[in-house]
Amino acid sequence: MEKKEKILELLQKNARLTTSELSERLNIDIEEIESIIKRCETENIIRGYYTLINEDNYHIKKVRALIEVSIRPERDGGFDRTARNIGKFPEVTDVMLISGNCDLQLIVVGENLNDVANFVAQKLAPLDGVLSTRTHFILKKYKEAGFQFENDEDYERLKITP
Amino acid sequence: MMKTMNDSKLPPSRVAKHIDALPNSGIRDFFELVMTMDDVISLGVGEPDFVTPWGIREATIYSLEKGHTSYTSNLGLLSLRQAVCRYVKENYSVSYDPVQECIITVGVSEALDLILRALLEPGDEVVYHEPCYVSYPACIQMAQAIPVPVTTKQENNFSLVADELRQKVTPKTKVVLLNFPNNPTGAVLTCDQKSEIAKIAVDNDLIVITDEIYSELTYEDQCKSIAAFPGMKNRTVFLHGFSKAYAMTGYRIGYACGPKDLIDAMMKIHQYSMLCASIMGQEAALEALQHGKNDRELMKSEYLMRRNLIVKRFNSLNLTCVNPQGAFYVYPNISSTGLDSDFFAKSLLQEKNVAVVPGTAFGNHGKNYIRCSYAVSIDDIELAMTRISEFISEV
Repeated sequence: MEKKEKILELLQKNARLTTSELSERLNIDIEEIESIIKRCETENIIRGYYTLINEDNYHIKKVRALIEVSIRPERDGGFDRTARNIGKFPEVTDVMLISGNCDLQLIVVGENLNDVANFVAQKLAPLDGVLSTRTHFILKKYKEAGFQFENDEDYERLKITP
Repeated sequence: MMKTMNDSKLPPSRVAKHIDALPNSGIRDFFELVMTMDDVISLGVGEPDFVTPWGIREATIYSLEKGHTSYTSNLGLLSLRQAVCRYVKENYSVSYDPVQECIITVGVSEALDLILRALLEPGDEVVYHEPCYVSYPACIQMAQAIPVPVTTKQENNFSLVADELRQKVTPKTKVVLLNFPNNPTGAVLTCDQKSEIAKIAVDNDLIVITDEIYSELTYEDQCKSIAAFPGMKNRTVFLHGFSKAYAMTGYRIGYACGPKDLIDAMMKIHQYSMLCASIMGQEAALEALQHGKNDRELMKSEYLMRRNLIVKRFNSLNLTCVNPQGAFYVYPNISSTGLDSDFFAKSLLQEKNVAVVPGTAFGNHGKNYIRCSYAVSIDDIELAMTRISEFISEV
């Protein structure tokens, strides 16, 4: 595997790894790691770093909905312009073009049920090019971005084995 | 304890002489000590810290759900033997017939015991290399043969030097027992070394037993098995299993591939003693061979990162450490501390709550070495190394 791929694989699992930690694990010079990361950032390969929060264990709980959206493709640009415009609303955290019964799948976040419902009724549905929406509220999250939210009980191995 | 007069009147041991003569495993004493302590960070483990990949566990559950709870053929499920032989051919370049040249065992440990008992008679000599897995000399003695160690050395990266092996071969030598990648050193054999050792085996009409349990955990290019060298297939017994590559130690599934007459002989002992390996374990092993490659590679890349980290740390503490090319152990030299390994390990445990295994557990020349496993999380390695560093500065 190339150095860049190795670095990105590790950062994708843990964005907080320092360059010196990456260096020790991968046997690559710190300077080289820094320059690879810098380049990935300028080339928009690394788009950002964020923290995954398990809201079940946190006092601030937001309401999230998966929303399927059917849109009218345009002569030039297909779905892209509408998808990008939808993504400009801060309530929308994820926008994906998907195959199947609808065109886009969104994740929309709000303080409460009403927030999300209002967003759909007042902002999303009236948008030029949006034909229909179907909203599914998320009840519980079990796994996100590779992380299980609940671990199995700890199981202790023997401390010394041959 | 004070020796009393009564000791001399103890009745003679009822235990068979060759069992009575076996030493207690050095690792056992240390284990008892560790068990008395809390909050120990252990680099003393000889098994993966990963839980068996979910796909394999799920296959085990499915096996039970279907009610597969019977015996299997003594040799093991034919479907598993077929998968094993295909895997061995693809990865080690040697072909075996799944019907006649392969047996599924309860871990490699059983396979080793079977082949030693099948081959050896009183007075036969078995040449093996030390430091080595704790069971080898004992298993040879239990088969009533004589263990003849060749010491592998740090200056040779703990690999086996053919000339040093040749010097130990006598007319009584019947078997050479190899284990590379090696527990406890992580050493491997190059193709040239395998070729030289094969030549010694052919010239002296020896049988080679090769324990390849760590072979998937080889971090550089891997050479074909010694069984694939000219003249070797008919004199090599290839031992392998699922414990390390697929994190399946508790399943106890291993196998042996080799010439028909030797597999037949192993089968005789196996059918009268063990009967067969557990069927759910065998079905899980089949799943591992069919769909476990991805999980195996993920675990390997994790071990490689940990190796890089731990080797660098040990060397920076002036506990010189060969960069191991396989398995998940490092075997640093602690002579710069002036302590012997038993004392080092005990003091480190008592003062810093870090467990490592003294090199003496793996043979006679281990007093300057400790074995540290990196089958533990990166965080635990970091913490253990910080404590070892403190320990050394206080020596």
